[in-house]
Amino acid sequence: MRILSKYHLSFISLVLLSAIVLAACGTPATPAPVATTAPVAATAAPAATTAPVATAIPAGKTVKIVWWHIQTADNEKKNWDDMAAAYMKDHPNVQIEITVLENEAFKAKLATEMQSGNPPDLFQSWGGGVMQQYAQAGLIQDLTDALKKDGWGDTFQPGPLSLFSYNGKQYGLPWRIGMVGFWYNKALFAQAGIANPPSTWAEFLDAIKKLKAAGITPIALGEKDKWTGAFYWEYLAVRLGGKAAFDAAYSRQGKFSDAVFVDAGTRLKELVDLQPFESGFMADGMAESSTLSANGKAAMELMGQWEEGTALNVATDKAAYTKNLGWFPFPSIDGMKGDPSDVVGGGDGFVIGKNAPPETLDFVRWLTSVDNQTKMAAAGIAVPPVVKGAENGLTDPIMKQIFQNTAGAKYFQLYYDQYMTPAVGGTVNDATQGLFAGTAAPDAVAQQIEATAASELSK
Amino acid sequence: MRSVSGTSRLAAAPVEIQPRHRNGIGQLATLALFLLPAAIVYTLFVLVPIVQAVYYSFFKWNGLGGAPTNFVGLANFSQVLKDATFRGAFSHNMIILVLSIATQLPFAFALALLVRGGLRGRVVFRTIFFLPYVLSDVITGVMWNFIYKPSGGLLNSLLTIIPGFKPIGFLGDPHTVLTALFLVMTWKYFGLHLLLFLAALQNVPKEVEEAAAIDGASYWQTILWVVLPLMGDTARLSIYLSALGSIQIFDLVWVMTTGGPVSASDTMATYMYKFGFQRFSIGYGSAVALIIFAACLILSLIYQRLSRQQEIA
Repeated sequence: MRILSKYHLSFISLVLLSAIVLAACGTPATPAPVATTAPVAATAAPAATTAPVATAIPAGKTVKIVWWHIQTADNEKKNWDDMAAAYMKDHPNVQIEITVLENEAFKAKLATEMQSGNPPDLFQSWGGGVMQQYAQAGLIQDLTDALKKDGWGDTFQPGPLSLFSYNGKQYGLPWRIGMVGFWYNKALFAQAGIANPPSTWAEFLDAIKKLKAAGITPIALGEKDKWTGAFYWEYLAVRLGGKAAFDAAYSRQGKFSDAVFVDAGTRLKELVDLQPFESGFMADGMAESSTLSANGKAAMELMGQWEEGTALNVATDKAAYTKNLGWFPFPSIDGMKGDPSDVVGGGDGFVIGKNAPPETLDFVRWLTSVDNQTKMAAAGIAVPPVVKGAENGLTDPIMKQIFQNTAGAKYFQLYYDQYMTPAVGGTVNDATQGLFAGTAAPDAVAQQIEATAASELSK
Repeated sequence: MRSVSGTSRLAAAPVEIQPRHRNGIGQLATLALFLLPAAIVYTLFVLVPIVQAVYYSFFKWNGLGGAPTNFVGLANFSQVLKDATFRGAFSHNMIILVLSIATQLPFAFALALLVRGGLRGRVVFRTIFFLPYVLSDVITGVMWNFIYKPSGGLLNSLLTIIPGFKPIGFLGDPHTVLTALFLVMTWKYFGLHLLLFLAALQNVPKEVEEAAAIDGASYWQTILWVVLPLMGDTARLSIYLSALGSIQIFDLVWVMTTGGPVSASDTMATYMYKFGFQRFSIGYGSAVALIIFAACLILSLIYQRLSRQQEIA
């Protein structure tokens, strides 16, 4: 038989052709976990410079800043692209190379870069224990002195800024702060006969029963990502035990297996037993749960302040989504030791890699100027903002609500998996997933977290 | 002078008889030169990392800062073996291994028998059956994620035809996730075994089969007692590849479920990634990696021993 008969050739070419055609019609604008490692010109924004190097190259050396961020939503990506372009126009000797990564892909890729001792010049950080590890290894720059110059540090609100400090020094700075709360669909609530959003745990469970009776999925949850469900457990622990309980456990004067943490698990089990989540929620990630909320398929979602932007990116009817959108903070519980104003949340911030050129600091200073922050607040991107005065740019009433809650919190708890070291954070996420799957009991969950904390935190 | 005789010996058919020792050195040098690039790559990317992994596994290290400093001896290994999640991951690997050999190989063999001759359009069938193997693990994972989705996925949409059917989250239920994953693996890898068996079947002389038929053996007796033993080598190779793949499987599981939910589909490799890399515990991850390496090594040694015995016999 001949090696390649006419038949074979035609079949192969058909397969190749269909592969190329199918590859070309991919779905547009999904938050895909693909890293676009390309200079600014290649990322979607048409307003960005067409070439990384400005037309007139001055006598000075061209400095390159490598910037990794995780804002994959179109409007946020364009915002960063535009700002970089504006900066490059004013500073022709600076070339900013942006890489956009999806959240999980970013964590994986950054870990490899950090372990090779080669951090990017400017990148996303949530502060807390993860940032501390980088600081301990000397991979990020100490910004304490830079912040003292010209009172730059004073332009920031102290709460968010403190998330990026370690050992009395500042290793990063925030550009957005926020909190986790319940995003709900007012129309679906009305349909189920719920007049007002619940303010206590009992009302919350009651609302869920009403929603189920009306045939509406009460809560959208993407538990495949694990940290999404951990939010519930963390908030319950924060409500039931307050700052005192967490501080005690973290400083090893108490334990994560103490009664308050077991209680948090018991309350969560109460919720899970009502089966309020979408079917197959254990296989859904945050992307799927946001899509459900965006398209009115679920009534509530416990998510961070970025939810509105993410949902708008995927909503089929954006106007309907915005019209029906409401927000309420995590309910209070009878007999709790925490304060109803306590907040679980986090901020997005910048850290600067150890090899970054000094122009990076200048760029970041410009990015976090009051002007730029106000612009971003008005555009619904830096919401809530972290620079004093920028909140005047806020137009979205929900964002104003979130800002007030964040600013008014006496106890602001950074998400556990960012506050503590990755090992303990990972255990919190893994263990609490067992509560949602029904495979772990509340005390077993608390024990598991305590076991890792005991070995990790006692250094 | 030496090099000229060397090249002429290579270029022409080996007719001239040269003095042996001059040839030996020239030939050795040529061999070494051609092997060098591959040897360098192999040493740098396979051997050196293995040695490094052995070194790191004795330390507690978060991967940052160039070199580990916290020596803990065998503590990592004992922690791995004590961890219930790892034991679960190991059992999942074993389940996949046994099931793969028990289902994929007979299935591929049966199809090979069907497709090997006489069937019209068998070339088309061969290509179609082999096509899944050509896809990358990641693409397969993403594709089957869509098929298994509870809301709008292909499988659930088809099953809704049955009255009273509620959508099942196949990948979200700890009880069904491993079976669902195994189906995808079977779909993907049986093509390779099919191809191997087809090639081996072609090497079975027709006369032997005809002789058996003349002696009164039924079709199935011929297959079982004549054809299969003659394919022994290939069958052993298939088993070996299947087992090795089962121990090392990562991409498919990671893309589809990341080892979840609640570690119900964790394999040793996903466990290593989660607990070693994601948690910045490089020493611990290296210990897991060495355990996987040991498992593969034992398997390879068994395979070598068995195939050597067969060759001698």
